[in-house]
This record gives sequence, C-alpha cells and structure tokens, in this order.
Amino acid sequence: MSAPENILEVKDLVTVFDTDAGRVTAVDGVRFEVKRGKTLGLVGESGCGKSVTAFSINRLLPQPHGKIAGGSISFEGRNLAELSVEELRKFRGREISMIFQEPMTALNPVQTVGKQLAEAILLHQKSSSREILQRSIELLTKVRIPSPEVRLQEYPHQLSGGMRQRVMIAMALVHKPKLLIADEPTTALDVTVQAQILDLINSLQTEMGMSVLLITHDLGVIAETCDEVVVMYAGRVVERAPVAEIFSSPRHAYTQGLLQSIPKIESVPKSRLKAIPGSVPPIETLLPGCRFAERSGRPHLPEHLNQRPPFIEISPQHWVEQCPVCVA
Amino acid sequence: MSLLNVENLKMHFPVRGGILMRALKTCKAVDGVSISVSQGETLGLVGESGCGKTTLGKAIVRLYQPTDGKLQFEGQDITHSSQRALRPIRRDIQMIFQDPAESLNPRLTVRDILEEPFLVQKQGTTAERRQWVGELLDKVGLASTAADRFPFEFSGGQRQRIGIARAIALKPKLIVCDEPVSALDVSVQSQVLNLMLDLQREMGLSYLFIAHGLSVVKHMSDRVAVMYLGKIVELAPSEELYHNPRHAYTKALLDAIPVPDPSKRRARRLLSGDVPSPIDPPKGCAFGHRMKHPKWEQSVGMELKLEEISPGHWVQKCPCCVD
Repeated sequence: MSAPENILEVKDLVTVFDTDAGRVTAVDGVRFEVKRGKTLGLVGESGCGKSVTAFSINRLLPQPHGKIAGGSISFEGRNLAELSVEELRKFRGREISMIFQEPMTALNPVQTVGKQLAEAILLHQKSSSREILQRSIELLTKVRIPSPEVRLQEYPHQLSGGMRQRVMIAMALVHKPKLLIADEPTTALDVTVQAQILDLINSLQTEMGMSVLLITHDLGVIAETCDEVVVMYAGRVVERAPVAEIFSSPRHAYTQGLLQSIPKIESVPKSRLKAIPGSVPPIETLLPGCRFAERSGRPHLPEHLNQRPPFIEISPQHWVEQCPVCVA
Repeated sequence: MSLLNVENLKMHFPVRGGILMRALKTCKAVDGVSISVSQGETLGLVGESGCGKTTLGKAIVRLYQPTDGKLQFEGQDITHSSQRALRPIRRDIQMIFQDPAESLNPRLTVRDILEEPFLVQKQGTTAERRQWVGELLDKVGLASTAADRFPFEFSGGQRQRIGIARAIALKPKLIVCDEPVSALDVSVQSQVLNLMLDLQREMGLSYLFIAHGLSVVKHMSDRVAVMYLGKIVELAPSEELYHNPRHAYTKALLDAIPVPDPSKRRARRLLSGDVPSPIDPPKGCAFGHRMKHPKWEQSVGMELKLEEISPGHWVQKCPCCVD
C-alpha cells in the first residue's frame, strides 16, 4: 500500500474534456507523489496540463465537461476521485487548500477582506464574531500584512497584487491544511514581491509542516523552492527527479531544451539563446508516442511516434519517459 | 550623435475628483527622465509595475503629449510636434506591445494588419504591398499562407511575430518594445528574443526594451536603466550593472531574481512593501523611504540627480541608497 512518507499519490491520472469537437485528453496518465512536508514542483508550458492536474486533485474541474477518466488520486490512503460532493466539502480547506494565479479574480470584489476570511473560517468551524475577528487578525498577521485591523475593512481592489495574494494565502491556511496546491502563485507579481511571497509560503510550510504542490512555468522559482520536480509536456510527465538532479543532469530532450532556453543573468548580453523550435502541438493532434518528437530536432522512427514510451526509473528517484531518441 | 534623446521628460496626469471633476492631485508617472539611445543600440528599461516605464515608452512614441522636458529624434525636437508633423517620424519610431492578442485587430486578416502601415503612409501599389507582406512574414519566420488567416488562429508566440512584422514594416530606426515576451512561454520566449536580435543586426535597429525581468533585460541590452517611481535611479552598461550595482534598488532587484540553479540557493534580503503611489510620492529619496532607511531624512530637500561615477555608469546619489 501507500508508503507513509507520501501524503499524495497520483497514479496514471487521465483527465478528459468533452468539447464540441469531441473528447480531448488534457492529462494523459500522469503519476507522481508528494512527500510529507516537502515541496513538489510541477513545471511545464501553458497547455501542458499542469493546472488541469491540480484541478483534478482538488476536484475543481469545470462541470459537466471535465472528468477524471482513469487512474487514482490517493490522499493519505483515500481515493479523492471517488469522494462525493458532501465529502469533498468537508475535505477542501481542511485537508487540501488551493491558491491561484490571479488573486483579483479569485477574491470576491464586492466583499471586504474580513467578510471573506470569516466565510472561510465558518466553513469548518462554528465561531462567535469576536472569535472570528481575533482569528482573522491573527491570520493576516501571520501572512505579514501590516495593520490587519484596517485591512479587514477593505475591499480587494484597495490592496496591491502582493497584498491580495497574501489574503488568498491567509484564506487557504485558515484550517491548517496538510497540502497546499499553489497554481502559479507569483506569476502575476513583480520579482520583488514574488520573492516575498515565496519566502512567506516557505516559512509557513516549515512552521505548519505542510506539503506544497507548486505549479509554475518559471524554472528559477522551481530551483529556489522545490525539493522535487515533475516536468510535464503535452499532458504527460516526461521527467521527474530531485531538484538538484533535474538541473545538473536533465535526461529528456525537452527538459534540456527548457533549461537551455532561459536567459540567465550571467550570460553574455545579446548572445543567441538556444531556443526550442516550434510550439506545443494542439491537443487534438497529439500522437500516442513521443510527443516532443516534432520539436526535438531529432529524427524519430514511426514506431517512436505510435507507441507510448515507458516511464522508467533510470537512476534512484530519477524517472523519465524513455523515448529512445529524446533520452540519449 | 544619439538617435533618440530624452531630456528631463515629465509626464504628469491630473487626478480628477469631486462633483466638478476638477484636477485635485497630480500623478507624476514619469518625473524627470533623461536617457538616450544610439543607432543599433538596445537600451533596457527595468522596474517594478507602476514605476512609469510603460508611460515613458508611450510618451517617447508620442502616444502621450509630454508635460515637460524635451524629446529629440535624430536631432529634431518632437516634443510638441502636431500629429500631422509626426506622421513621417512615425515611420521611424515603432512599438511592440506586451499582449499581441490585444494589440492585433481580431477582425482583420494578417495581411490587412501588415498592409495597414503602408496604406497609412501611402506607400506602394496593391501588388507591391502584397509582395512586401510576403517578405515580412518570411522575415519573422511565418509561412506566407499566414497572410490570409486571422490573429486568433495563431499561438501567442506567432502572434508576437505578427506584432514584430507590423513594427518593422516601414523599416523603422527605433522600436519601443514594451514587455514583448512577458506573456509568452519559456521555450517560445527565447525564439522571439532571438528573432529580435537577428532583426536588429540585419536592419541596424535600435531598441528601447522595457521589461520587469532583469535577466531578460540584461540579456537583450547594451545598457540598462533602472527606474523607480518615475525616475531613473541607475544607468550603466549591462555587465557593469550586473557586476557592480551601486544603488540599493538595483541591488534589491538583482537579489530578487530567482536563479535557475538549486546549488545557488541563498538567503536573500527581502524588499518590504510595494512601490508607493506616484500620486503624492514621498519626499526625498523614494526608495530610502520604502526601506525606512535611517539616513532617509537627510535626502529630504536634496536635489537628487544622476551622477556619472565611472565612465557610462550613472547613479542617483542620495545618502541612503548609495554608499
């Protein structure tokens, strides 16, 4: 059964969407584990299925189009894919919480911060208004918002982007969840504010012993915050390894390309970057075999395109989708 | 001689309020900026959101009428030129925007979009324009079949290529690029940056490259200007700025960049707070005020000016931010 060190185990997850043009598979057999108290980074470009994976875990897929068509999501031994709506309600916020990319759209614009925090508190806990106030102030202090009493009376639009993200984090942490899913939490923020928010998540994690699933497209953020990394491409995991190993010895051509394509601060100004040619293939045209073939610049045989490469552990803790061409 | 010369440029906006909508306050988005761009050069402009970098870019292409200061292009003063007088100059100064999805008219085909600059400038015959559109598409790495499609049929990176094609259509000398790759995915971002470098070499273009990410700016630029609350606080050649930052704000920006190398994890000094509002900005050194620097009070009442501390390296000297 599940090893006790893993809080979340995603096994062969398949998530599909029914569209006018037929059924598309957004997540195609993804597997990874989140270790207790650790941070797992999920990295990939837009459309690779990383957000859909997160939404599948928290069962927030848009209804009725999206559904989990296969695999299991086991959270401390319970399969989340099978929970009823009632069970989910008890589950969300207490066991798993989520924060989103754009706090302006995730917060209610016509209610005060205090009201929204109160709602989150009352969801799982009967409290008097005095208790709510006290708890709200405590939470805002925890996420390092100065003068919390004043902020409680304010509306989201009165706060800066960084402040809004702090409020989101405070709401997510009300009931001390065991797992926090952070979907691009800093993408909409300035670098300086990003550093503040990452630092905040990090210290709250240590303090509360929480596990974090961090979704991002920024390899810099991954390098600075994660223990382990899962690289996704076109709905599948192409590589997975401890953070140091992903950066020091990436094995899949996509991971290598991704690492080489980012401008580094110490690189020579105006030198050409190593770019990955082309763009992510549209979801309707995906092949059963290696999906990076077209952009890899390496000739693939028809069998590589028609047969799904196995996902194997090539060295301890280091897994890769073993396309014989892309993993040389 | 520099191609573009900006002297003490100010862009103030009235903040209206009350029943009569009178101007109650002034938002000093750009407050006394002096920069220059030479032919073939890229000047990077970096800063947090709200620092005025986009406003500065728009004032330079004269989408705004500057409040004060001087704008010179090829020696000609264009600060107060009329729209009519600006028309020939618009050939030479173009702009690339952050979000190609929003800056391309969704109802026009790519051909219409790319032909428009020629039509506005009354250049070429129908046949010639047709040929030019083909050449432009080829130049930015798109197939000629793209001409008859609509913007929504393209991915983000391809759309930005269309935006670039439009900007280079009239063979400009200067392109103001406002966050040209911020909305793009990592792998596509590098393609677009490479394309911009190639076009610069090929056409001798100058860029004013505006972005909030210092690593991208440093990669693209010969010199970099760091902007904070409407003012330039430091300006230096890229390498110099990176190896020898002098202003506390530049140091903080450099420190905040996440480094894609887990072996270089470090404890960083975190910047607290946000950029203050350019309406009623703090007196004296704005950054010292944010940092609550003990020496900040000394800067109140001082005239803070850029000083050249070594050849080409300019810093706004104040008692709190520069040692």
